Amino acid sequence: MQPILEMSNVSKTFVGVKALTDVKLTLYPGEVHALMGENGAGKSTLMKVLSGAYRPDPGARILIDGQPVSITDPISSKAAGVSIIYQELSLSPNLTVAQNMYLGRELHSYGIVNRDRMLKDVESILGRLGAQFTGSTIVGTLSIANRQLVEIARALHAQCRILVMDEPTTALSSRETEGLFSMIRQLRSEGMAIVYISHRMDEVYELSDRVSVLRDGHYVGTLDHQQISPDAIVRMMVGRELSSLYTKVHTPDFSRAKLILDVRDLSDGTRFRNCSLKLHAGEVVGLAGLVGAGRSELAQTIYGFRPRTTGTMTLNGSDFNPRSPQNSLDRGLAYLTEDRRDNGLFLDMSCRDNTNTAVLKRDARWGFVLNRRKAEQRAHNAIKELSVRVPGSAYPVGGLSGGNQQKVLLSRWLEIEPRVLILDEPTRGVDIGAKSEIYKIIDTLAQKGVAILVISSELPEIIGIADRIIVMREGAITGEVGGRTGIKPTQENIMTLATGAAAPAVA
Amino acid sequence: MLHGIENVVASPADNPARSDHKTQPQKLSSLFGTLGMLPVLALVAIGFHLLSGGRFFSGQNISIVFQQASVNTVLAAGMTFVILTGGIDLSVGSILAAAAMAGLIVSNVPELSYLWIFAALFVGVGFGVANGVLIAGMRLPPFIVTLGSLTAVRGIARLMGGDTTIFNAEIPYAVIGNGSLPIIPGIFSVPWLAIVALTVILVSWFVLKRTVLGTHIYSVGGNEAAARLSGIKVPFIYLIVYGISGLLSGLAAIMLATRLYAANGLQLGQAYELDAIAAVILGGTSFVGGIGSIWGTLIGALIIAVLSNGLVLIGVSDIWQYVIKGLVIIGAVALDHFRQKGSART
Repeated sequence: MQPILEMSNVSKTFVGVKALTDVKLTLYPGEVHALMGENGAGKSTLMKVLSGAYRPDPGARILIDGQPVSITDPISSKAAGVSIIYQELSLSPNLTVAQNMYLGRELHSYGIVNRDRMLKDVESILGRLGAQFTGSTIVGTLSIANRQLVEIARALHAQCRILVMDEPTTALSSRETEGLFSMIRQLRSEGMAIVYISHRMDEVYELSDRVSVLRDGHYVGTLDHQQISPDAIVRMMVGRELSSLYTKVHTPDFSRAKLILDVRDLSDGTRFRNCSLKLHAGEVVGLAGLVGAGRSELAQTIYGFRPRTTGTMTLNGSDFNPRSPQNSLDRGLAYLTEDRRDNGLFLDMSCRDNTNTAVLKRDARWGFVLNRRKAEQRAHNAIKELSVRVPGSAYPVGGLSGGNQQKVLLSRWLEIEPRVLILDEPTRGVDIGAKSEIYKIIDTLAQKGVAILVISSELPEIIGIADRIIVMREGAITGEVGGRTGIKPTQENIMTLATGAAAPAVA
Repeated sequence: MLHGIENVVASPADNPARSDHKTQPQKLSSLFGTLGMLPVLALVAIGFHLLSGGRFFSGQNISIVFQQASVNTVLAAGMTFVILTGGIDLSVGSILAAAAMAGLIVSNVPELSYLWIFAALFVGVGFGVANGVLIAGMRLPPFIVTLGSLTAVRGIARLMGGDTTIFNAEIPYAVIGNGSLPIIPGIFSVPWLAIVALTVILVSWFVLKRTVLGTHIYSVGGNEAAARLSGIKVPFIYLIVYGISGLLSGLAAIMLATRLYAANGLQLGQAYELDAIAAVILGGTSFVGGIGSIWGTLIGALIIAVLSNGLVLIGVSDIWQYVIKGLVIIGAVALDHFRQKGSART
């Protein structure tokens, strides 16, 4: 069978940095091809070359149906039959489904839009996809899953033959994910070639016919369906065994560890209810659950960022009623947000300012004049201790890679010398090297006696670093694994609690 | 080239040697942000000097330029605080008028006449804080709130004087508006108005760059959510910046009232907010907040003053002055846009 797409010798250089080196990718019609690699491995860059957003370095060969094509801009890419569905969907929420599908190429006569024909045309595609909405539905009223469906419909409508999906399940519930998968299988059976980018091993395992792996901008290899196994893929992505990634040197003493944070029957009235948990000095507790289970909301309520309706908390033995993050920080409880770009960092400001945000007042002379020497010293030490790769402390944090940004944000909370540290997805969007460094930092903090609560959606990670794992489902704590529970902290046991299947058995 | 920065950021490499590639364009763009308009100021000034047959750079004219720039500089300084948080204050001209009216009314009360500047400052702060309460407390958009107070406070200013002009030929502290500090006696002296304005700039610089409050103002403008999560009291910051803007409007009212020995609720400070905003934007402060400097604002205010002065000097008609100033403001916004692309924010 002739490949529908052959990319070879694709390199891309940015101001002296090689993001891609001689990468190749071959795609056959009617296959789901997973593209895997750590963040920064070059997946997005490769897809941006395919979509015409980037121009590859000279020498790249892109063949479609065996014919060389030159993709110079998004329009020529579309004309070649390529459609990309990005994580951040590119729909106008204020327009109807039909208007979105025809965006930029509306049917019109002499500038008058022919609404009726557009509506009629899109119905057949929506019907084929089994959509529950019509062409005249306003996109803003649809769920994320249905908006993805609109994107797929738009791609089909544009006669697309190569569909790229970039982490499409990030914002979907498990039922919606199932729906998406059956849609992808249907498209595959119709002869569409699908490039599927995901970090979730189980999805890739379930869905893909072949897997190609990139690492540090290089092509590592392609696995056929029968060769695909999580171990094989991780080995190719990381270039080493999985087990060496996690660090757990600290050993919590479950019987004698001091109780630091005690949360009882906390509810916020909407997203979670009656949640109780205890954190002891020197332990790392995982908080697992599906996206939307209310983990971040619980953490933010403990932090005093969201109001609570019921519940009591004690911190270090005395009552703890934070009404704002400032209260929590004063008591030594810090929260690392899951969304460092939107809720964490001041991207235009220097690493120094970002590190010192929470201690500015404490260090200031007379309470208001900045102590710049102290700030510089703190930033300098933080950069050294967390090995942040940055030209200098005055460098704007927005110019750093995800891993280094995360370390700077982490340093902000370490400066207050927390007793309790809540880390919400601490390694999201972080490359593998920085990940293992962050695990080491967490471990060191636990050795020093900090009580740490880690929220993570990556089960291997949470199993690898946490001493015991609390699981949430739909706003309630459904159980605990590891530690003294006697239940093994396995992915199966956690998923059982997270999805509400039968309770796991004591091993 | 500036686009390249973002691309490097997205690339997998993050060792320091490679990072060096990004520092140069970044430095260039930040240099452009702070110093960028200084050459423009110099060029415009030299241009007018040549066109006017050497009349621009005379001791007397320079001191007139300073005088003309001073009131706008003070208003623009307050506006810088507001715009750094991503807000806007359209009401500064109206607050100026109300503060000046209050000041002149008090100055005409024999026993209290020396307290009139406090009345003006108090009225300024009062209206500024009222703006801040509506914006921070009720989370109303700054544009709408200050658009409302632009109109409402103008009306109050007219009410205060019964819609007439209030005079006081013996107004205390008249030296602020008319006196000068001789530097080279007989040749060059600096008007007190300019000294007041420069002092405001220096204090603003100190507050913005050397105090916790200043850092928090930049933080709120750069990323409000992050500021909240970092324990910064965001509503308090909003209250403060609008209060500062009101306070400086009161100070500008004092400067104008001492210069004119009079105040008029209808005309005083009419459309001054536009010149103040123009100065801030010309000075490189980003309209979305978080980026900018007070020195840029000073340069922006000077550019506007030099334009006004120079256009008169070379005999451009009043009508064309409007057109040219308007185009300069649009050009400034274009510059802001360009700067945004160069910044680390994506």
